[in-house]
Amino acid sequence: MSKRIGMEIALAAAEVAALCRPDVIAAYPITPNTHIPEHLAEIVAEGHLDCEYLPVESEHSALSACAGASAVGARVFTATSSQGLLYMGEIVPIIPAMRLPIVMALGNRALSGPINIWNDHSDVMAVRDMGWICLFAANGQETIDMIVQAFKIGEDHRVMLPVLVNLDGFQLTHVVESMIMPDQEEVDKFLPPRKPYATVHPDNVVSMGTLGLPEIYTEAKKAEDEALINSKKVILEVWKEWEKTFGRKYEPIESYKTKDADVIMLTVGSMYETAAIAVDQLHKEGFKAGLLNMKLFRPFPADELKAAVKGARVLIVTDRAVMCGGAQAPVCAEVKSVLYDEPVRPAIVNEIIGLGGRDVRVDDFIKMFKKAATADKVKPERAYEIYGVRSS
Amino acid sequence: MIEVRWHGRGGQGAVTSVELFALAAIEEGKYAQGFPSFGPERRGAPVAAFNRIDDHHIKVRSGVYTPDIVVVLDESLIGLVNVADGLKPEGILLVNTAKSAKEVAEITKFKGKIATVDATSIAWKELGVPITNTTMLGALLKVLGKVKLDSAKGPVEHRFGRIAGKNLTAMKRAYDEVKIN
Repeated sequence: MSKRIGMEIALAAAEVAALCRPDVIAAYPITPNTHIPEHLAEIVAEGHLDCEYLPVESEHSALSACAGASAVGARVFTATSSQGLLYMGEIVPIIPAMRLPIVMALGNRALSGPINIWNDHSDVMAVRDMGWICLFAANGQETIDMIVQAFKIGEDHRVMLPVLVNLDGFQLTHVVESMIMPDQEEVDKFLPPRKPYATVHPDNVVSMGTLGLPEIYTEAKKAEDEALINSKKVILEVWKEWEKTFGRKYEPIESYKTKDADVIMLTVGSMYETAAIAVDQLHKEGFKAGLLNMKLFRPFPADELKAAVKGARVLIVTDRAVMCGGAQAPVCAEVKSVLYDEPVRPAIVNEIIGLGGRDVRVDDFIKMFKKAATADKVKPERAYEIYGVRSS
Repeated sequence: MIEVRWHGRGGQGAVTSVELFALAAIEEGKYAQGFPSFGPERRGAPVAAFNRIDDHHIKVRSGVYTPDIVVVLDESLIGLVNVADGLKPEGILLVNTAKSAKEVAEITKFKGKIATVDATSIAWKELGVPITNTTMLGALLKVLGKVKLDSAKGPVEHRFGRIAGKNLTAMKRAYDEVKIN
């Protein structure tokens, strides 16, 4: 039976990862994900989980060890943040190319420099096109749920891809709150042991991670892209089954008060619920605000996005990373690209918020909504704004 | 919703306090958040930590700016840090001190309700160390009156194991001895 618990979200992430019975965990702790591998190491050391825990000397080794273990058929979990993810960088795109269903919890943290340990999405945005499925949790409950879902999605033979479960650093990782934790029996039932499609084994020789000559590289990339696009069907199936089993609904894009909304805001991650309070307050003033939260970022939910913004006059896309020197911040760039071919589409405003742990309050969301209300008549000066920059 | 800000010094257990308080509230079916002031902590430096308590799911995840209650674990902070910053006029300032409420009001310039308890003396006596987090939790539970003292028992036992008993005694003493002016 699922149980309501109070726990720090990072610890809960570790507990639920353990319930998924990983065979191998290789990780190198880095703020703010530290408590996830730390607690898993404890769980393994105390004998609660039969698992090979590899306390490697770097993130590069962590993901390399994960790749090897996954290739021989193990269920594999790891976690990192920020520079740790970049240090894994060489291996990150190899994992999906080898079709290895590793699950990684990414405690989102700003990239240095300047050195910053706080939350934004510049880490995940740096690897967004490397072939991993990308989920974003808005709270502790979604973090728990998505870790279990991630194994089921990734290990499905129609998918066989790694999954990044994003949870905002500090804003989620370090918060103690109440969550419903499934028990071992429930997780076992939902998530049977991994049945690998192919494994590296001396008795049954296959090659993984081979050289891709110009004659085959294009086709390999096409196959990888198709695999990621096709994974959406399985993601939706798994989410349906989750809802049926646990009663909690998951959608690629969750909407809040968007029916008849005049100005809609899109968030990604844990700012969703804070923005929802702003939407409630605006409704009291007669301002028809609506809110969307993107839970699935890769594969990009283009059709759901088109449907979700239908009828809105203005769309505010919030981003948690700067695409330095680019045309637009990363989430908005894709939103615009998806909506470009729509005969009728909202005016789009791009607000970059919450960089490197800068707090974004309910009032800030209200200001963004009000300012954006005229965006269809008065074109903003620039394609994006970095919100709340102090000028003195 | 009740928002609480804790002031302490790194190493005094402010983060443990917010954890225990959140767990006590969750234990009795309420919803809660407990979180540190996000960042690198240094032993001895002023730190803050925060709680939110409500009867339903808490949506807000930005910082706490206008707390209903401020808890000060270390008396030396009240002249050093503006502990009453943003504290609601109808809120409560709860300080670990042997000073009178009047003296605390003079130092902090807070004109609202002030509660005091000599948690350091209690902690020395009951725990043998001047760490006042569980002691001040007892005082907070009394001053707030929304979460039962009993509900903190499980979380304290889980956190402190064989030394939980001493902490529970200190917590109960502060619960009984805190003065609300």
